[in-house]
Amino acid sequence: MLRLDNIRVDNGGFFLDADLGVEPGASVAVIGPSGAGKSTLLGAIAGFHPVVRGRILWGGTDITHDTPGQRPVAMLFQDGNLFPHLTVSQNVGLGIRPDLRLNVAEEDRVRDALLRVGLRTLGERKPAALSGGQQSRAALARVLVQKRPLLLLDEPFAALGPALKAEMLDLVAALAREAKATLLMVSHDPNDARRIAEQVILVAEGRAEEPAPTEELLDNPPPALRDYLG
Amino acid sequence: MKHLTFAAGVLCATGAFAQTPELTVYTYDSFVSDWGPGPQIEKAFEATCGCDLKFVTAGDGAALMARIRLEGERTGADVVLGLDTNLTAAARATNLFAPSGVEADYALPIEWSDDTFVPYDWGYFAFVHNTKLEHVPQDFLELARSDLKIIIQDPRSSTPGLGLLLWVKAAYGDQAEQVWKDLADNIVTVTKGWSEAYGLFLEGEADMVLSYTTSPAYHVIAESDTTKEAAAFDEGHYMQIEVAARLASSKQPELAQQFLQFITTDAFQSVIPTTNWMYPAVMPEGGLPEGFNDLVEPRNSLLIPEAEAEAVRDTALAEWLSALSQ
Amino acid sequence: MAFGAQPVRTWPGLAAAALVAAVMLAALVAVALRAETGAGLGAQDWSAIRFTVLQAALSALFSVALAIPVARALARRSFPGRGLLITLLGAPFILPVIVAVLGLLTVFGRGGWLNALLGLAGLPPVSIYGLHGVVLAHVFFNLPLATRLILQGWQEIPAERFRLAAQLGAGPREIWRLLERPMLARTAPGVAALIFAICLTSFAVALTLGGGPKATTIELAIYQAFRFDFDLGRSALLALVQIVLTLAAATLALGVSARGGFGAGLDRVVQRWDARTPGLRALDAGLILAAALFLLAPLAAIAAAGLPGLLHLPEQVYMACLVSVFVAAVSTILLLCLALPIALAAARMPLVEQAGLLGLAVSPLVLGAGLFLLINPVASPFALALPVTALVNALMALPFALRILTPKAREEVDRHARLAATLNMGAWGFFRLVLLPRMRPQIGFAAGLAAALSMGDLGVIALFADPETATLPLQIYRLMAAYRMEAASGAALLLLILSVTAFWLCDRGGRHAAP
Repeated sequence: MLRLDNIRVDNGGFFLDADLGVEPGASVAVIGPSGAGKSTLLGAIAGFHPVVRGRILWGGTDITHDTPGQRPVAMLFQDGNLFPHLTVSQNVGLGIRPDLRLNVAEEDRVRDALLRVGLRTLGERKPAALSGGQQSRAALARVLVQKRPLLLLDEPFAALGPALKAEMLDLVAALAREAKATLLMVSHDPNDARRIAEQVILVAEGRAEEPAPTEELLDNPPPALRDYLG
Repeated sequence: MKHLTFAAGVLCATGAFAQTPELTVYTYDSFVSDWGPGPQIEKAFEATCGCDLKFVTAGDGAALMARIRLEGERTGADVVLGLDTNLTAAARATNLFAPSGVEADYALPIEWSDDTFVPYDWGYFAFVHNTKLEHVPQDFLELARSDLKIIIQDPRSSTPGLGLLLWVKAAYGDQAEQVWKDLADNIVTVTKGWSEAYGLFLEGEADMVLSYTTSPAYHVIAESDTTKEAAAFDEGHYMQIEVAARLASSKQPELAQQFLQFITTDAFQSVIPTTNWMYPAVMPEGGLPEGFNDLVEPRNSLLIPEAEAEAVRDTALAEWLSALSQ
Repeated sequence: MAFGAQPVRTWPGLAAAALVAAVMLAALVAVALRAETGAGLGAQDWSAIRFTVLQAALSALFSVALAIPVARALARRSFPGRGLLITLLGAPFILPVIVAVLGLLTVFGRGGWLNALLGLAGLPPVSIYGLHGVVLAHVFFNLPLATRLILQGWQEIPAERFRLAAQLGAGPREIWRLLERPMLARTAPGVAALIFAICLTSFAVALTLGGGPKATTIELAIYQAFRFDFDLGRSALLALVQIVLTLAAATLALGVSARGGFGAGLDRVVQRWDARTPGLRALDAGLILAAALFLLAPLAAIAAAGLPGLLHLPEQVYMACLVSVFVAAVSTILLLCLALPIALAAARMPLVEQAGLLGLAVSPLVLGAGLFLLINPVASPFALALPVTALVNALMALPFALRILTPKAREEVDRHARLAATLNMGAWGFFRLVLLPRMRPQIGFAAGLAAALSMGDLGVIALFADPETATLPLQIYRLMAAYRMEAASGAALLLLILSVTAFWLCDRGGRHAAP
């Protein structure tokens, strides 16, 4: 259970308030107008923006002041998810040991993860030699080995084509289900939300609302969301 | 940590050789270079003293003086070798030096009766030129009237530069500033030190360069090159006498005194002409080497007495700066 | 990024910067405290300050103004020998002053090549002596550095931006406005400040080519105060003036060069779609050729003068080579130990870089005297000659290293810190796995510069010189003092070869391993 206990987040002078909870294993889309604070919400959970009020709880434990690396969080950003100078295998290996001193069993885990995302033969390549979709898969393979219970996606697939994006979202959903992970995903596209999220957090006017069932919310949007959906 | 180990190593090393007394001589850098007098003199003295002669260097005479002043009474030097007559007044004023107790039959153009500073070589400042130069000027006024180009050294950073300053002052007194004004259009440039100036001259940047009357001897002896010559000026030539002295704080006073005495002997003096390219202060038994005999002999030796040198120096520098800054 | 665990620690850099500042200031204070008389600054000193600022400002201005078109030409052209040319162009910067001045005069002097050519064409000779000569020499020394630093700025514009610009149909002018001018606004002021600082302490060049006491710089005034008047108070005061001027220039430059972001881009080969017209090609070729001629002709003169002596050098010269190589290696390692942490700290706090600039701002003479006063009571300066030389050489190279390393460090931290933080890499892991490999070209360049500078620098060793272990530059001076100009020229050529080789090895090592 992720609980944002009446928090206020400071993102360089922009403030976001949230008071909500997310059930374990839930898949939740975060939607709202541009600039409303979707990325800020995820950034706060991941530990990139200071929380000036309230607490963030994970399974009852206060993680408000944990460093990003200490949190139970794996996160994918809009870009820069891979180190360009490391091979795909090394990039994935970072998810197991950040110092890359992997033993044989750990290297096997890297290979398994690459196999799972469909990059079995591309482990020795550098990211620049991969297509956009392959780069996303490589990043997902790392999320897989990270085994964090909370997965945050800040539009990592925004640059991909619709078919490819759908394919990635399905893969994410599948991986999250397998790992029983909680998924929070920023999205601009209500169809993405319908596709893999059973709940939606609406972020508008500096405030993040409690998760609501996806179909219900999208079929009967409140005014703020209606303006956004057009 | 490494430094500590290193320092400890040095301490142990000095400890181990403590039975051999060590004489530390501060001198200028070119003296100890492999082409200078240092190595031969070290060998010769160590053969007689049963001691270890150690040279410590500073850039040139003035740097040497600065170092002694920085160290003051804690100085590690037993002997300082390489001050000249422009520095002896300042050196004496520090009260760091002890009487030498040395007497010798000096071959200097002037009477020497200093009880502290022992001269070891000397020379005349002069303008050196190529022998094919026509109408070599006979004095500063003629040089100033000519359109010959000269390179000189800055008196603030170089010993010969200071020598030239005092040369003009000694020869022309109150007229010195006017002489400098007249020379201004002859001066190609002013360099930091002797090496730069002489290098530029050899590159052909000027007709004449401020150096010593003994400079052509190097070219004759070492390179069999007779194309360099020093111009004899009618005003006379300013002298540089290089001296050594022992420190009052020395823990080896006898040894230091022995070294000062050694300076006046053949073993030291015979090395000087072809390594330091100066005249020896005491004529060696074998006389001067071939090549020194054909050098220009000034009719007149100029030297401002030590007591006046400092005051004259400051006035002369101010005149020089004002004349050449216009 | 203002919150959360940073994969970069600033305290090692702050500590290193504090150490550097402490060494410099302690030396200055040691000299000031030892002062007996204090005459204050006289009219002559003020005129020296004015001249120093004037020549340094002009030198910085011309170096940067000329470096921009040359760097642009090099950035958008590839031709055989480009890498070698870039390496060779760095050579003037690392030459000992006296060698470089003699080389310059062979080309531009009264009896030099240029005047011989003018004479053939029936034109009157030109004189190099004067303010213009000082500026010319400083441009000769610093144009290569400025070009390299600005070229680096060009190469740090992500390829994607050029692609985007090409896609938008932007021509050279639009690219200039969109990409190049903002990049220069960030890069050029820092480079200018650096060159200004270098030229502030210039002394032998300014004096020799300035043509006389009109060209008195602060450093020469310090020389006079120190050795002519033995007025330690005034030398410390003048040294302080140098520091204030340098830091003022640096503050101004850092203030002007607002920190702009080009964001992240993947590493692809930089390709340009603009500037394919014959006119621009000819312009670039002309610029590259002119710069090469200007910088390489004096080097050729040095080589020509040195070749006869190179073949029969005295054995002491080879011994001195070994000493110099050893000192250069030690100071390069020391430099990296100081520069890398400081660059990382400066990536977060730009002001930290200023501590490094002290290495340029403190008069070598005063630094040497100060260290001597500090060390002499506790240990023999003699025994510490080599460590002190290595340290001082490292300090002198520090500002250059920081200018090279800091922008890249900042970019890497901006790009990858977030990801590293979610992966819990830690400061050491981030340094080892991301910064070191990502910054290899810059580290190689900085190390090469440090090695070469250290090889050619006479530095402050005068007071620490151990006559037994002379370095190569010292040996060159000794040969000259012993009238052995031919051997000195040979040794100078050897030094040039050693310096360029050291630079080339490090620089190439860095660039070749780059992803």
